[in-house]
Amino acid sequence: MSHRVGVVRFPGTNCEFDTIDAIRTLGGDAEVLWHADPSLKKVDAVVIPGGFAHGDYLRCGAIARFSPVMESVAAFALNGGPVLGICNGFQVLTEAGLLPGALQKNVGMKFLCSMQQIEFVSTENILGKGSTVGDCINIPINHFEGNFVCPPEALAELETQGQIVFRYTDNPNGSTRDIAGICNKDGNVVGMMPHPERATSALLGSTDGTALIQSFLTA
Amino acid sequence: MSVAPEDASVHRALGLSDEEYEHIYELLERHPNHLELAMYSVMWSEHCSYKSSKIHLKRLPTDAPWVLVGPGENAGVIDVGDDIAVAIRIESHNHPSAIEPYQGAATGVGGILRDIFTMGARPIAVMDPLRFGPLDDPRSRWIAEGVISGVSGYGNSVGVPTVGGELVFDETYKGNPLVNVLAMGVLPAERLVLGQASGVGNLAILLGASTGRDGIGGVSVLASAGFDENSEDADKRPSVQVGDPFEEKRLLEACLELLDEGLVSGIQDLGGAGITCATSETASRGGAGMDVDVSAIHSREEGMEPFELMTSESQERMLAIVEPQHLERVLEISAQWEITASVIGRVTGNGQLRILNGFDGEVLAELPASTLHDDAPEYDRPIAPPDDLDQRRLTDASQGPVDCVENLLALVCDPSWVYRQYDHQLFLNTVVGPGSDGTLLRLRHPTSGNETGRGLALSTDGNHRWCYVDPYQGTKMVVAEAVMNIACVGAYPLAVVNCLNFGNPEHPEVMWQLSEAVDGMSEACIAFNSPVVGGNVSLYNETNTVDIAPTPVVGVIGMHPTLSEPPPSIGLPPDSPLLLLGQEAGPDASMGGSRWAWEIGGCKDGSLPTFDLAQAVRTAALVAESVQKQRLEAVHDVGEGGIAVAVAEMAIETGVGARLDGYDNHISMFNESGGRVLVVVPSDALEEFLEEAANKKVTAQVIGRTGGSSLEFGPTVKVPLDVLTAASRNKLPEALGQGTISA
Repeated sequence: MSHRVGVVRFPGTNCEFDTIDAIRTLGGDAEVLWHADPSLKKVDAVVIPGGFAHGDYLRCGAIARFSPVMESVAAFALNGGPVLGICNGFQVLTEAGLLPGALQKNVGMKFLCSMQQIEFVSTENILGKGSTVGDCINIPINHFEGNFVCPPEALAELETQGQIVFRYTDNPNGSTRDIAGICNKDGNVVGMMPHPERATSALLGSTDGTALIQSFLTA
Repeated sequence: MSVAPEDASVHRALGLSDEEYEHIYELLERHPNHLELAMYSVMWSEHCSYKSSKIHLKRLPTDAPWVLVGPGENAGVIDVGDDIAVAIRIESHNHPSAIEPYQGAATGVGGILRDIFTMGARPIAVMDPLRFGPLDDPRSRWIAEGVISGVSGYGNSVGVPTVGGELVFDETYKGNPLVNVLAMGVLPAERLVLGQASGVGNLAILLGASTGRDGIGGVSVLASAGFDENSEDADKRPSVQVGDPFEEKRLLEACLELLDEGLVSGIQDLGGAGITCATSETASRGGAGMDVDVSAIHSREEGMEPFELMTSESQERMLAIVEPQHLERVLEISAQWEITASVIGRVTGNGQLRILNGFDGEVLAELPASTLHDDAPEYDRPIAPPDDLDQRRLTDASQGPVDCVENLLALVCDPSWVYRQYDHQLFLNTVVGPGSDGTLLRLRHPTSGNETGRGLALSTDGNHRWCYVDPYQGTKMVVAEAVMNIACVGAYPLAVVNCLNFGNPEHPEVMWQLSEAVDGMSEACIAFNSPVVGGNVSLYNETNTVDIAPTPVVGVIGMHPTLSEPPPSIGLPPDSPLLLLGQEAGPDASMGGSRWAWEIGGCKDGSLPTFDLAQAVRTAALVAESVQKQRLEAVHDVGEGGIAVAVAEMAIETGVGARLDGYDNHISMFNESGGRVLVVVPSDALEEFLEEAANKKVTAQVIGRTGGSSLEFGPTVKVPLDVLTAASRNKLPEALGQGTISA
């Protein structure tokens, strides 16, 4: 597991160092990729972490998709490179067109930070190695805009192509079909609202994110 | 000598008294011009100068070997070992939040974070003790929802977790909510920076947002006067600043990078009184002077007057003092973070603060920098206890509509509706977050990230009911409660910060409350070996001349020395003995100052139950040690609502009930004797634990046994847990969940 992971930092990103910490704790290596620099520094995988890229102004991820690094991330993804978008990163990936759908405000119109149980719906992706469909894990969520929506035909495709990665067992935000995370057709680009990096320490309450990050590090 | 300015209405409109004007005249030996007057008015405001409280604050203990920076700087700083220092501060944003709840709270968070990174520390935690009018009042609901959204909206976005706080609803805060915010940051001990300007020729660089017309006179017009019916709303709204968390986030990262690279010799945030405060404070702390060029200030709009530029409280700005050879690199880092940077000042050697229009241009104001601080007035305002104090204390506060089950259902309230809106996990430190007694964060080195195997604990506490009945003893009990809270997560106290929220200092009774509270706090802080390292005083919390109940809020920071496992939760495990530690209250305990007396009995008088501070110190030590050694199955501090509410919260947490013996009367259930803790120990460890408690001179008694699906206080008082849980969990969503009626 000698993976080098690039963790994208936009102005306003705030989970970049948590993500790097979690990756390093699990034996990977990670470094920051500054949004204004198109170079991916030859990393083996990319994480777009949580936070508020460009303040989430206009709309979550709407400005971030224009940051110079995103063109390189898109090319990397189209080449099969592993790309994981966590929370704000998921929003950025949908805005950038690397994943379908959009994340709108939670039903209830409140920010939500809480532990949430999610179920593996598909393991044919960069997070699924070592897990089984139906596995239920506890991973915290932390978002205002996590309510996944997409057009009916795209939704049908997600369902039939095995692109739904996680569903909430107790939907906190009104997300369509309880969707908590999805992937592209090849399974190398995953976006998820819950934060696996926040579930890598027993002292902090859960280690259920460990398997996901370990899978990502060997993808 | 009597001074007759041409138009006395000018200084009065700025909030300066005639005597204060005269004092300025004496200092300058001439009449001040309008700009100078505006600068004095903000710096000599109650908010900035502490002119009414300073004389009392001197009685607080502030020293200990681990204190690196005490009160008076932007934040207190303590040494926590392993080359790590911790900066901590608490502030109020009460008045802005009363008229513009979202922005008032948001800018309160922004302001205190700048206080922390001003010291060179990365802010890692925010706590928000909040107090609002009753939930059945529509305007209070509007304020509560706005304030909570403001803390959430700003705090989450700026990227600092909100890890705890308080939530109180009471009639006393109906026109005047209390929005206090505590922030804590960590820094490598060797990097401590002070807000000083020194070195003649050094540059003062204004970083961050452009200066606009928002918040002009915020500290004087808004924060240092009470509310009345006419001015409550619209008039003062332009004095509230508007926050931009994204600007703050970039400013924070840029400043920390400047500090990391050693590019600044001093740095100061711009809060109340804006550029006037930042330039004069840095200059006078450094024993220097400064030339400030108002034309260099990047402003938001054309045509701003010099006094507007000098007193604006526009948010998200910092002033860095930089040696000229570092200027280029400072500008580079600012550009990387998309932060505007303007050289607006030069450090001079003559002690004068000169405001110029262009560095070689017209002199608009000139005054000795130190006079804005050191010569601020200090008042020994009249003090008098309320006339009817003795009579009030004789009142029996135990009378009222007693229905133990219904009373309990009325008093339980799950605050998770609030803290779910806050990111409380960022930075991967939160071992115990909001919803328990104390907050516990693992302590890691701020630059290497290395774990220390230790934890930092935080708690904020206040109790206006106790402090109204008896501000001296009430404040002692508040400090003890805060210490007990961190003991419940295994920590011993290191230091205290305080936010003294009181009414109008021109009322002798308010000054009596303040003075008594300071004395009570001093005594408790000495007993707990915890100096006060910083604080904030918020006065004029009144509506239509009615003062709020005195509300000193304390934040306690403590240390868990051996953090390898999470401390026990508050939740009851099944089938174990339930113990009460601490002073025995007895069946005749006074109900004065209890939530039961105020909210159910409708009585605000009476006297507090007796309080044994020395035993509270021993109890806290026993609890902390027992938590550290993993001897407890559950632990929870007994606070407002007494034993009944405490054990109810424990039962709700895990869905496991308990049976208590002899607690089936409202006095035993709801009295609020201080310094008590409920613990559950494994049955086979009971004897040993009781023995240890006896050795440590802590009263310990088995009061019941856990288990079952209901909570019994004796043969006649029994509540099913599902009923109790629903009452607790539904309260806030029912009142606030579906949006609120606009006021």
